[in-house]
Amino acid sequence: MTDSKYFTTTKKGEIFELKAELNSDKKEKKKEAVKKVIASMTVGKDVSALFPDVVNCMQTDNLELKKLVYLYLMNYAKSQPDMAIMAVNTFVKDCEDPNPLIRALAVRTMGCIRVDKITEYLCEPLRKCLKDEDPYVRKTAAVCVAKLHDINAQLVEDQGFLDTLKDLISDSNPMVVANAVAALSEIAESHPNSNLLDLNPQTINKLLTALNECTEWGQIFILDCLANYTPRDDRESQSICERVTPRLSHANSAVVLSAVKVLMKFMEMLPKDLDYYGTLLKKLAPPLVTLLSAEPELQYVALRNINLIVQRRPEILKHEMKVFFVKYNDPIYVKLEKLDIMIRLASQANIAQVLAELKEYATEVDVDFVRKAVRAIGRCAIKVEQSAERCVSTLLDLIQTKVNYVVQEAIVVIKDIFRKYPNKYESVIATLCENLDSLDEPEARAAMIWIVGEYAERIDNADELLESFLEGFHDESTQVQLQLLTAIVKLFLKKPTETQELVQQVLSLATQDSDNPDLRDRGYIYWRLLSTDPVAAKEVVLAEKPLISEETDLIEPTLLEELICHIGTLASVYHKPPSAFVEGSRGVQHKRLPGSAGSGESVDSPDTGSAAGVSEAPPAVIPSQGDLLGDLLNLDLTPPTATGPPPAPSSGMQMGAMDLLGGGLDSLMGDESEPLGGDLGGSPAMGAGFGAPAAAMPASFSAPVSGGLDDLFDLGGGVGMPMGAYSPPKTVWLPAMKAKGLEISGTFARRAGVIQMEMTLTNKAMSVMTDFAIQFNRNSFGLAPAGPLQVLTPLSPNQSIEVALPLSTVGPVMKMEPLSNLQVAVKNNIDVFYFSCQYPISMLFVEDGKMERQVFLATWKDIPNDNESQFQIKDCHLSSDAASNKLQGSNVFTIAKRTVEGQDMLYQSMKLTNGIWVLAELRVQAGNPNYTVSLKCRAPEVSQCVFQSYEAMLKN
Amino acid sequence: MIGGLFIYNHKGEVLISRVYRDDIGRNAVDAFRVNVIHARQQVRSPVTNIARTSFFHVKRSNIWLAAVTKQNVNAAMVFEFLYKMCDVMTAYFGKISEENIKNNFVLIYELLDEILDFGYPQNSETGALKTFITQQGIKGQHQVINITHCSSVRFIVSACGAVPYLLSALLMIPLHTFFLFSAFSAYQPSPFVSSDTVSLPVPQTKEEQSQITSQVTGQIGWRREGIKYRRNELFLDVLESVNLLMSPQGQVLSAHVSGRVVMKSYLSGMPECKFGMNDKIVIDKQGKGGASDEAGKSDLGGGSGKQSIAIDDCTFHQCVRLSKFDSERSISFIPPDGEYELMRYRTTKDIILPFRVIPLVREVGRTKLEVKVVIKSNFKPSLLAQKIEVRIPTPLNTSGVQVICMKGKAKYKASENAIVWKIKRMAGMKESQISAEIELLPTNDKKKWARPPISMNFEVPFAPSGLKVRYLKVFESKLNYSDHDVIKWVRYIGRSGIYETRC
Repeated sequence: MTDSKYFTTTKKGEIFELKAELNSDKKEKKKEAVKKVIASMTVGKDVSALFPDVVNCMQTDNLELKKLVYLYLMNYAKSQPDMAIMAVNTFVKDCEDPNPLIRALAVRTMGCIRVDKITEYLCEPLRKCLKDEDPYVRKTAAVCVAKLHDINAQLVEDQGFLDTLKDLISDSNPMVVANAVAALSEIAESHPNSNLLDLNPQTINKLLTALNECTEWGQIFILDCLANYTPRDDRESQSICERVTPRLSHANSAVVLSAVKVLMKFMEMLPKDLDYYGTLLKKLAPPLVTLLSAEPELQYVALRNINLIVQRRPEILKHEMKVFFVKYNDPIYVKLEKLDIMIRLASQANIAQVLAELKEYATEVDVDFVRKAVRAIGRCAIKVEQSAERCVSTLLDLIQTKVNYVVQEAIVVIKDIFRKYPNKYESVIATLCENLDSLDEPEARAAMIWIVGEYAERIDNADELLESFLEGFHDESTQVQLQLLTAIVKLFLKKPTETQELVQQVLSLATQDSDNPDLRDRGYIYWRLLSTDPVAAKEVVLAEKPLISEETDLIEPTLLEELICHIGTLASVYHKPPSAFVEGSRGVQHKRLPGSAGSGESVDSPDTGSAAGVSEAPPAVIPSQGDLLGDLLNLDLTPPTATGPPPAPSSGMQMGAMDLLGGGLDSLMGDESEPLGGDLGGSPAMGAGFGAPAAAMPASFSAPVSGGLDDLFDLGGGVGMPMGAYSPPKTVWLPAMKAKGLEISGTFARRAGVIQMEMTLTNKAMSVMTDFAIQFNRNSFGLAPAGPLQVLTPLSPNQSIEVALPLSTVGPVMKMEPLSNLQVAVKNNIDVFYFSCQYPISMLFVEDGKMERQVFLATWKDIPNDNESQFQIKDCHLSSDAASNKLQGSNVFTIAKRTVEGQDMLYQSMKLTNGIWVLAELRVQAGNPNYTVSLKCRAPEVSQCVFQSYEAMLKN
Repeated sequence: MIGGLFIYNHKGEVLISRVYRDDIGRNAVDAFRVNVIHARQQVRSPVTNIARTSFFHVKRSNIWLAAVTKQNVNAAMVFEFLYKMCDVMTAYFGKISEENIKNNFVLIYELLDEILDFGYPQNSETGALKTFITQQGIKGQHQVINITHCSSVRFIVSACGAVPYLLSALLMIPLHTFFLFSAFSAYQPSPFVSSDTVSLPVPQTKEEQSQITSQVTGQIGWRREGIKYRRNELFLDVLESVNLLMSPQGQVLSAHVSGRVVMKSYLSGMPECKFGMNDKIVIDKQGKGGASDEAGKSDLGGGSGKQSIAIDDCTFHQCVRLSKFDSERSISFIPPDGEYELMRYRTTKDIILPFRVIPLVREVGRTKLEVKVVIKSNFKPSLLAQKIEVRIPTPLNTSGVQVICMKGKAKYKASENAIVWKIKRMAGMKESQISAEIELLPTNDKKKWARPPISMNFEVPFAPSGLKVRYLKVFESKLNYSDHDVIKWVRYIGRSGIYETRC
C-alpha cells in the first residue's frame, strides 16, 4: 500500500465521493480521504468545496490526521473566512494541550491562517505560548509574532508582542533566541526607523553567546543580525570579530558566508596597522577557498560573493589564483563566474599561468564561455602591460582557428588593445583584415570599422574596405552605422584627395536617408565641420583619445559597499541592491559599511582623510556623500598606473556651438570605449560611467563640501501650509515610439507639502496595457516613489490616464549630472522602459525655509564669497513685490527688502528637502526688465539649478 | 525568507507544493515550470528571477526542488537548506525519486511543516526529527540498500553498513593495538545496534514529550538521550581525493587533497569525544611544550613516515565546538548517532602523489601518432592500489589503434575518443607501461589537435595528504564504560580526484 495512488484519482464525481468518505465513521477511511484531498490540492485542483467536511475531522487524537487537516486549513481558510471560524475553538483548545508538540503545532498553524477574525482569537493563546514553559513552544511562538505582524502590524504593536519578543532575546534556550532574532529582524525591516532591534553591547553579548550554542540555521539568523550592528569603536569591533571567526570553520557554507559578512564589515573599523587586522585578512582566505568545494549551486553563490570581496579587498585572495581555474566538469554558471574572478586577480606575478589557462578555455565547447575567455585574454593585455605582447599573439593564434565567434570576439578585444597601447601592435591589422568577410555581429563589425578608420593611413585599401561596408548601410545596426560614418570621415581627413566621393556618399546616407536622429545629428555635425573649417574638423575628429582604464567592469563603489553589507544574500548574487528586486518597503533600507579610520587609509593624502572623517558624522539624508567622495578619490588614486577615465561631459547648460561639438565628440568617444565595460561579464557596467564624472571633479571640491556638510546633514523639518507652487507644463518624457506604444508626459508639482510626479499615460498601442509599476534610479536628492503607481484600470488602446505619484525624499542618494536629473523605469505587462527627466529644484523647497533675519545675515557672511554665483534673468516685467509674492508661492521666502537708489534688493532664503539652505539676493530695478540674482550656498553645485528655477518661477 | 517550496518531476508536474508566505501565489508554481524546467536552453544559473520572484533550484536525479521567495533572503542558506532537505528525505525513505516522493507525500508535508516555519529553517537533524515525526518512510520496491561511503546519508542501518567493512576488512586498522583481534570476527552486527530502524512509539508521557522538545531545541539537537548499545563501537574513515595537474615534463602545476573524516558511531549515552590528528600546528605546539612521541608511534599503514601535516583549511560538523578549535585547536564534540561527516579539510603541501604518469607522444607524419605512457607507483611496496584506470585521449580523426600493455587491459574506445587502460591492482614502487600506435585519417582541418590531458583514476589504502588519526577518545561519565572499552576502527582511503598529466 502506498500513497502514490492518491495522485491518480481523476474520475468524475470525485468530490462527492470524498465528501462521503470524510464523513465516514471509520477513522482509517477518514484519514485516507483527507490524504486524497491534500493530494488533489497539491496538483492544483480546487477542493475548497470540502471545507466544512475537512474541518470536521479536526477534532481528533490522531496527530498525523490533525496535521493534514491543518495543512488544508492553511491553504483554504482565506477563501472561506466564515467557515474558518469554525476551526478557532479547536485551535484555542489545542493551545492548552498538555503535549507541547500539540501546543506548538496549534500556534504555528494559527499564524498561517490569514483571516482577520481568526487573528483576533490568536492573541491570547499567543501571549501564553510566548511565555510557555517549554522552549519548543516558545521558539514557535516567536516566529508566530512575525507571522501576525505580516497580517496585522498594528495589532502586534497594540498587544505589546514586540516587547515580549525583545525579552526572548535573553531566553535561556539558544533556539528561542535565534528565532526571536529572526522575527525581530524581519519586523524591523518594515520599520526602518524604529529602534526595534535595539542593538547595544549587552544584547550583542547575548547574541554572541547564543551563537555558540544554537543550530546552524540559528547561527545564520544571529550572524545576519549582527551584521546590522555598528560597533562603537575599534576595540569593540575587534572583540566581536574574535568571537565570530570560529564560525569560519563551520560545515554550513551559509554560516561561513554570514560570518565573512560580519568580518568584512567590522574590519572597516579596524586600524590597518593593527596586528589583528593582518591576522584577520589571512584567516579569511582559506574558508573562502573551501567554499569552492561545496555543491555547484553553493559554489555559484560563493563565487558571486567572492567577486565582490575581491573588488573590495583584493589582498585577501591575491595568492589564490589557482583555485579559480575552471574544471572541465564545472557547470557553465560556475565556469563563467570563475573566469570573471580570474581576470580580477590577474597580475604580473601570475599572468603566465592565467594566459595558459585562458588559452585552454578558448578551445572549449560552450560558446558564451569561449567568448568570455577570449575577452579575458584581451583584458589581461590591458591590465598587465608586460603580458600584452603574449596576449596579442595568443589572440592571433585564436583568429587562425577561423572559428567564427572566436574571431569576432578577438577583433573586439584587439580594438581595445589598440586603444590602450597605441602604435604598438598595428602589424596585426593585415591579419584582421583577412577576416573581414566572416564578421556578422554588429559589435565585431563596428570594432573592425573603427580599426580601419583609425589606421586608415596605414591600410592601403582602407577606402575599398569601408566602401564594401557602405553598400548595405541601411541594413546595418546603429552601432555599425555610426562607426562607419566616423571612420569614413577620419579616412577623408587623412587621405582627402581620393575619398571625397566616399565621404559625400556616407554623409548623405546618414543625413538624408536615415531616420535615426543620432545618426543624422552626427552626420550634420561632421558635414558642417568639414564645410566650415576643415582644420578644426581635423582637430576634433582626429583628436588624441583619452586612454582607457584597465578596470572597466568594477561595481560602482557605493553599490559595492552596500553589496558587501549583503554578503550571502540574493542581492550579492544578483549584484543589485535589494530595492531593485524586492517589492514594497522591505529591503529598501540602504545599508553601508561603517565609516572609520579605515576608509581613507589606502590613500595617505590629507584631503581624503578629512573626507573620510566627515563620513562619521551622524547619518542623515545624504549619508553617503562623504563616503562617496572618499571612495571616488580612492578609485582615482589607488591604481597607480590608472589612466585617467574619459572626461566628464561638459555641464551642458549653456548650449553654445563649441559645447555642442564637445558633446558630440564625447559621445563619439563614449561609443568607442563602451564595449570594454559594457559586455564583460554579467556585472553591471557602471564602473566607467559612474567613476568618470566625479573622479574628474577637482580635488579641491572636497574642501568646501566637508565644510558645508554640517548643513547638509541638518534634517529637513516638517511640512508647512499648502501654496500654489510653480509647476512647469507637462512635457513628453517617454515617446510612444521608444516604449512600444506607451507615451508618458509629465511634470512635477509640490502640492500641500507633498512632491508629486504628475503624469499622463497614453496607450498608443493596439493592445491593452496593465500591471504598471514605477521605479527611480538613485538620484541627487533621494527622490523615491512614496507608494505604488496607481493605475487601477487596464489602459485600453488610445486611452489616456492622469496619475499623480507622491514622492518621498528618503530614497538612496547619488549625485547626478546634471543635479536634477531623474532616471525612471516604468514597467507594464509589455516590457520595462527607461527614461530620464529633470525636475525643477523648486519642488524641493520646503515650507519652513524662512530664515531668521539675524541668522540670515550671519550665514550670508559666513559662506565664503567663492560660493557666490550671479545670474541674470532677462525680460521679466514684474514689480519687486509681485516677484516676492510669486516666489513665496514656491517656498522662496523674502526675509528683508531694501531699496537703494531706485533698486529694490530682496533678500530671500529657501531650504531644500535635504536641509541645504540657499540664500539669495534679488535685485530689481524699476523699468529695467533684467533682474540680477546672487545665490550663496554651502553646496555651490545647486546654484545653477536654483537659478533655473528662479527664472522659471518668475516667468510663469 | 523562503516563501514557498515546490517539488517537480522531470515533466514539470508538481509533486509537493508548500507555500509559507502570502506573497507567493499559485502562479509561481507555473512560472518556474515554464521558465526553467521547460526552458529550451541549458540552465544558466541556479538562481532565477522571474517577475521579481526569485527561484532557487537543485536537481536530484530527475526531480527538481525549488525554493521561492520575493525577499532578499540569504541565498547560501536557501541552498544549504535544500541540500539538507534532500538528506532528511533520503534518511526517511531512501532515494529521491518520483515514486518515493509520491509514496511519502504526507510524510514530506509533515517534515516541511516542522523544518521550515514561516520560511525560517528550524532544527533539521534527522536524529532529532525521528523522535517525533515517527511515520515510516515507504521505500520503493527496487530500492537498493545504500551503502556508499560518500553518500550523505546520515543513518545507515548497521547491518548494511557492515558490508563494505567486511569487503575491505583487510584495510582496516584498529586504533588501539590493545584491541587487535581478527578483523573478520570483529565485525558482527549486534542486535542492539539497529535502534534507528525501529520507530519509536508516539510519545505518551509528559517526560518523554518534554525530552523531545528539549532535544529539538537544545544545544545538542543532533543526538537524543538514552541511546544504548551492548557494544560500544566506532568507525573512522579518512577519505581523501587527490587532485593533480602536471606538465608533460613532470612539473606539478597544481595539486591538492580534499579530505573528509566520516565517522560511524555506535556509542551509548551522551559521549564526549576528542579527536586528534597529526595537525602540524598541534604537534608543533606539543613539541615545544614537552616531548611527545605519540605522533611517531601512530604511523600505521601510511605511505610515508611524515610526522605532521599542514592543513590549509578545515570545516566541521555542527557538533564540533568551533570556539574551542579556534582557541586551542582541539576537536571536541558529542557525536550524532550513526554515520555523519565529522570534518572536511584541504591540504596543498607535501602531498604524496601515488602515481606518476610519464607521457611520450610522437607525431609520425600526418597520419600516425605514437604514444607511450609509463606509470610509476610511488608508495610502500607492501600496499596495493586498486581500480587503476588511465585514460589517454586520441584525436577525433583516429581511424585505428594498436595497443600493447605490460599489465592489465587496454582498449580503444572510439565513442569516448580515448584509450582506456585498466589495471586491477598494483603494488607500490612498481612501474608499468603502455604503447599505442594511432592511425589517423588525413584531414584538411586547420585546427590543431588540442591534446587534452591524460587522466587517471585509482584507489589507495592510505591518505595521500599524510593525515594520521592519532586518537579518538571517548568519555561518558554517567555510564559505566570507559575509553578503553570502545572498539575503534580506522581506515584510510585515497582516491583520485582530477588527476591529470598534460601531454
